Amino acid sequence: MRAFLGFVRKETLHLLRDRQTLAILILFPVVQVLIFGFAVRTDVEDIAIAIVDPTPDIATNQLRERVATSDRFHLVEVVPGTQGLELEFRRGTIRQALVLPRDVERKLGRGDSLPVQLLTDGSDPNTGGIMQGYATAILQRWYRDAVPAGGPLRIEAETRMRYNPTLESAYLFVPGLIAFVLTLMSALMTAISITREKETGTMEMLLVSPIRPTAIVAGKVIPYIVLGFIGVVLVLVAARTVFGVPLQGSLLLLLAESGLYILTALALGIVISTRVPNQRAAMIAALAGLMMPTLLLSGFIFPLDSLPWPLQWLSSVVPARWFLTIVRGVMLKGAGLATLWQETLILIGMTMFLLAVGSRKLAIRLE
Amino acid sequence: MRTTFFLVRKEFLQIFRDRTTVFQIFMIPVIQLLILANAATFDVKRVRMLVVDEDRTTVSTGLVERLEGGRQFRVVRYEPSDVGVDYALLDRQVTAVLHIPRRFEEDLVRRGRAPVQLVLNSEEGATAGIVQSYATAILDSYARELDRTLPAVRAGSNTVRRVAPLDLRTRRWYNPTRNYKHWMVPALMVSLTTIIGLLLTAQNIVREDELGTLEQLNVTPMTKLQFIAGKLIPFWLIALVIFSLGLLIGRLVFGIPMRGSLLLVYLAAAVYLIVVLGLGLWISTVTRTQQQAMFVAFFMILIFLLMSGLFTPVESMPKWAQLVAEANPVKHFVGIMRAVLVRGAGIETVGRPIVGLAVAGIGVLALAVVRYRKSVA
Repeated sequence: MRAFLGFVRKETLHLLRDRQTLAILILFPVVQVLIFGFAVRTDVEDIAIAIVDPTPDIATNQLRERVATSDRFHLVEVVPGTQGLELEFRRGTIRQALVLPRDVERKLGRGDSLPVQLLTDGSDPNTGGIMQGYATAILQRWYRDAVPAGGPLRIEAETRMRYNPTLESAYLFVPGLIAFVLTLMSALMTAISITREKETGTMEMLLVSPIRPTAIVAGKVIPYIVLGFIGVVLVLVAARTVFGVPLQGSLLLLLAESGLYILTALALGIVISTRVPNQRAAMIAALAGLMMPTLLLSGFIFPLDSLPWPLQWLSSVVPARWFLTIVRGVMLKGAGLATLWQETLILIGMTMFLLAVGSRKLAIRLE
Repeated sequence: MRTTFFLVRKEFLQIFRDRTTVFQIFMIPVIQLLILANAATFDVKRVRMLVVDEDRTTVSTGLVERLEGGRQFRVVRYEPSDVGVDYALLDRQVTAVLHIPRRFEEDLVRRGRAPVQLVLNSEEGATAGIVQSYATAILDSYARELDRTLPAVRAGSNTVRRVAPLDLRTRRWYNPTRNYKHWMVPALMVSLTTIIGLLLTAQNIVREDELGTLEQLNVTPMTKLQFIAGKLIPFWLIALVIFSLGLLIGRLVFGIPMRGSLLLVYLAAAVYLIVVLGLGLWISTVTRTQQQAMFVAFFMILIFLLMSGLFTPVESMPKWAQLVAEANPVKHFVGIMRAVLVRGAGIETVGRPIVGLAVAGIGVLALAVVRYRKSVA
């Protein structure tokens, strides 16, 4: 036991000695939350739109007014014809164009059909769809007011957004970031610190000492568990104070789950370190191999529900996916263990599995 | 020149000797592109829906049928009342709840309008917004349909009206089939090439420093510029190969459009890679251990990627963040790739960002050359 404590002390000193790395480890999660809380958003605003109006009159002026005063649109220009639109689309100076027919006012008065064309830059299908929806809505509101009373049938949807009423982006990305930063940092740190000993040759010295290999690994990860915990707490404080991200559920549960997840990520790091020869390979495996899947297969940015089934299946081996459900559940929905026990069990299972694989592969001898 | 060539050769030997790394460098991007291109989509399908239908009339059943008819919604549960609905949302059994109140049909027939309530789980905000727009679109089209089929009943309560019908034709340019892959694959290629390139270069010099071989290089008559060039060229070539693999997969597997000039794409890639790899080398000269270099590279990649418009549109970011994003090389390259491949833009559109990248590349390389010291502190 004393030998083990001494070993933990050595690892802690290693970590504390390198001030630069320590600063990075502690500061960056917070910086990330700040940047992304402010900058990563999915709402669409300020759409650059052009209106093609060959014969301006009162009715089209009203429409123009509506578009210009809307927060969602930025009316770039009103032109008489469609020539030149294509070039502007290609340049990206406009992203939508509303092409009105001639004599709108007269057509409305006489009850003629009103052919309106709405062109949208659909290269990004998601944003394209949202833009089209906004423009259609504004056009229909204008139309409803412009035609005489009566109007067509309407089903009015009253929508309520549960758990994130204003669709605040920070609410979404903060839980995701906690999962993301924890995964990569913990896995990367463990993988590197173990392979480093291999590469510099000090692993051999450790292995000939009376400490057991499992104790060596345990000693290596303990300082990082503490560090990961500090990171979680800092991120939570930043999320709370700066963005007012709610914590509906129990703080204790959230911390306990974070602790569990740190273990999962560390175990992942151990597994990586047993399979690669040097730090370079460890880094590529931990970063290039983990970054994109954690970003894309966890539900962090893209919804998982719509994935084809092989990917749904694949995403269930990504630990971040389960942790993300837990963090969102506790923070936004106030869920307790009663609803989250499945996810928790899965994480526990994954951790045990990874630890088992890692310790079995752990080289007692180097070659 | 010869000196640089030898260094380039040495780097190649060192990389290709290490089988694990070679495998990782080329396979990770390929595999990830193949898999992740399918995952990066906001296209919401089969949203699990719970329906509380208190009206139970032909019109309300028709509404549920229309919702189920599309591929966006799947009604998994019917409830007679609101009891238990909250728990279904909390437990993620359903994502959306549609509540049709009593007298829905009657209201529609009598007043021409009737409310329904839609409750969405918005813990994944972007999704909730999209689900909402799908639902509204379906409701609208159902209302239009009823407008034609219900008038027999309405005629009595309504005077004869002659309203100009709004004939709205919407067209989406550049991606009419709404294929999200066409939008994401060019960008994913960029991100995978960037991650590998930045990691490899960031780790390279500091590794020689850690192992002690840097001193051996330092005592050779090689100049600083030759040294940096010798370190840059091998990774530049490797990254271009990865990039080409990506393009090939994009074309053959995902059928992404290539409307613009491929030459322009390669010009942009060549310039862009100098910026990224130069940044990596600069990181490698300012850090002291591989671990440090990795963390700096990691956080740089993360910020670059998430603020590049790759996943979430740059236009949605606040003004200050858009300004900051101007300094992000990934943002420009992603923009160039999408503009040229998807929209078929030419040099007149992407010329400026390419020149910008070139300037940045020269700056970054100069920085790396200056920061690299041949003497030991």
